[in-house]
Amino acid sequence: MSEFSVVIEHLTKRFGTFVAVDNVTLNVGKGEIFGFLGPNGAGKSTTIRILCGLLAPTSGKAIVAGYNVASDPELVRANIGYMSQRFSLYDDLTVAENIDFFSGIYGVAKDKRPIRKQYALDMSGLVGREDSMTRTLPGGLKQRLALGCAILHEPPIIFLDEPTSGVDPIARRSFWDLIYQLSEAGQTVFVTTHYMDEAEYCHRLALMYKGKMISLGTPAELKQALGKGSMEEVFVESIEREEAASV
Amino acid sequence: MWERIREMIIKELKQTLREPKMRATLIMPPLIQLLVFGYAVNLDVEHAKLAWMDQDRSIESRELLEQFTGSARFTVVRFLESEQDTHLTHDRSEVEGVVRILPGFAADIARGRAASVQVLVDGTNSNTASIVSTQCTQVIRQFSAKKLEKLQRQKLVGRAVDRPLFAPLPTLTIEPRVWFNPELRSRNYFVPGVLVNIIMLVTLSLTSMAIVREKEIGTMEQLMVTPIRPIELIIGKTLPFAAIGMIQLLFITMVGMLVFQVPLNGSPGLLVFSSLFFIECTLGLGLFISTISNTQQQAMMTTLFVFQPMFMLSGFSFPIRNMPEIVQWVTYLNPMRYFMEVVRGIFLKGVGIEILWPQILALAVLGTTILAISAMRFRKRLD
Repeated sequence: MSEFSVVIEHLTKRFGTFVAVDNVTLNVGKGEIFGFLGPNGAGKSTTIRILCGLLAPTSGKAIVAGYNVASDPELVRANIGYMSQRFSLYDDLTVAENIDFFSGIYGVAKDKRPIRKQYALDMSGLVGREDSMTRTLPGGLKQRLALGCAILHEPPIIFLDEPTSGVDPIARRSFWDLIYQLSEAGQTVFVTTHYMDEAEYCHRLALMYKGKMISLGTPAELKQALGKGSMEEVFVESIEREEAASV
Repeated sequence: MWERIREMIIKELKQTLREPKMRATLIMPPLIQLLVFGYAVNLDVEHAKLAWMDQDRSIESRELLEQFTGSARFTVVRFLESEQDTHLTHDRSEVEGVVRILPGFAADIARGRAASVQVLVDGTNSNTASIVSTQCTQVIRQFSAKKLEKLQRQKLVGRAVDRPLFAPLPTLTIEPRVWFNPELRSRNYFVPGVLVNIIMLVTLSLTSMAIVREKEIGTMEQLMVTPIRPIELIIGKTLPFAAIGMIQLLFITMVGMLVFQVPLNGSPGLLVFSSLFFIECTLGLGLFISTISNTQQQAMMTTLFVFQPMFMLSGFSFPIRNMPEIVQWVTYLNPMRYFMEVVRGIFLKGVGIEILWPQILALAVLGTTILAISAMRFRKRLD
């Protein structure tokens, strides 16, 4: 395996004539929290879906955990956790049933299952509510449980697609604490967002606009390059420059 | 592999059996259809109501009336006087038919001439009309046979007084005997058919809904990024509904036999065996519907759109041999058609695999084809 968790080279995805991802090249190191920042429709989700093997790239190459997503999607899937903005849990199963189900599907070793289940319950703050129906949980708890279920198999790489949309600021803050814990444990976190405060939390950022990656660097580097004080200003300025250049 | 399939099956069964709404879908349709087709839909004609119009008023005409009233099939409810009454009673649907004895009836009989009885039947419902008409004819024929015999005897006796001799005519009597359903109970015909409908409707809609529901709430995307293989997903998604289909088969068979007294003349084992192939067809079709639908509404509409014509062309109530030839060819692609023949064959005729193998083979071929096509369409990609 290379030193990078994710290697993307000239990745392009077209839907008909629409170019959703336009010639993107970047690498993500191990243990890094890598952010994808951009307005809606910038191609963030499409890129993540390609990296998870849900969509086939039109051209270019993507290597995740050492495996090519186009040719070995099953091997990629065994090494990643994925959580979308929809917190995809079964509403009509209980908390414990959701955890048990995903443990089985991910093929977590039988002797490790109780430990992993306890971990998922602890991190989502649902100890004592194992038998609650998932549909009765508030959004913040559902979000944490969805993350817990997505990482039961301890994947080295975790993809989070707008994981905090529709969740209150306090729940968002504590969710980012979780992301830091994962990163400190050596897991790579690839996260998309359109919240500027969240962008600040990332180790490195890629700014996406209309399918193109328009800048890449640490939050400090990006701010310095444009002489701006906040990520929001960086974001607006970068997009305005891109618009001006394309006219 | 089996581990993941087992997890899927446990999860599916939990989800299906826990929801009150889902449980209702499992119990209500079979119950309602059984009640409707077992009790309400009855094509048998018993105690048909007749009106009587006697324009002869003779001993013979009264004898014929006794023949009619003596038969359990008819109830004479009205006695009419005029032509106008005849129209009115028909218009008001007071009777199924009118028997009219024309003047000179007795005289014609006495002279050995053809005597006329007119039977007017309400043809609004063609099925009832043809049954009433046949039954009336039978009663009249019996009456005329009796009269003829009496006449012959009188003539034979009268030889002594030097009358012309008529040799006794040999009379042919037809005694129709109905096989497989001797009492011609429509219930015997419909209840096994309900079995086919229910298995079809329930397994088809459950399979398509179960997959599309996951697409709708986003868990399908979540499943796709797990190491589960498409074939495991398909097996895990279909086996629970196959099991539910089998349980419904047993339930409807029991109710049919115990409540509706429908005979199961053939082998229960063969019934179960052949239904496996039928369920293969319905699951394959359900899977196919789920690959072309994105929302539960779409899946539901498509299910109905597929089920309705298949039901019409299954021979459940409309005989396939009466359909235009092109439509008859189309029915060869309809799994319900074959299973309907198998089920009725086993229940009513009591025939075995030596007779029913072509139908069972057709089900196996259709089922494997549709299941294979759907499985190929069912990939773990979003585009």
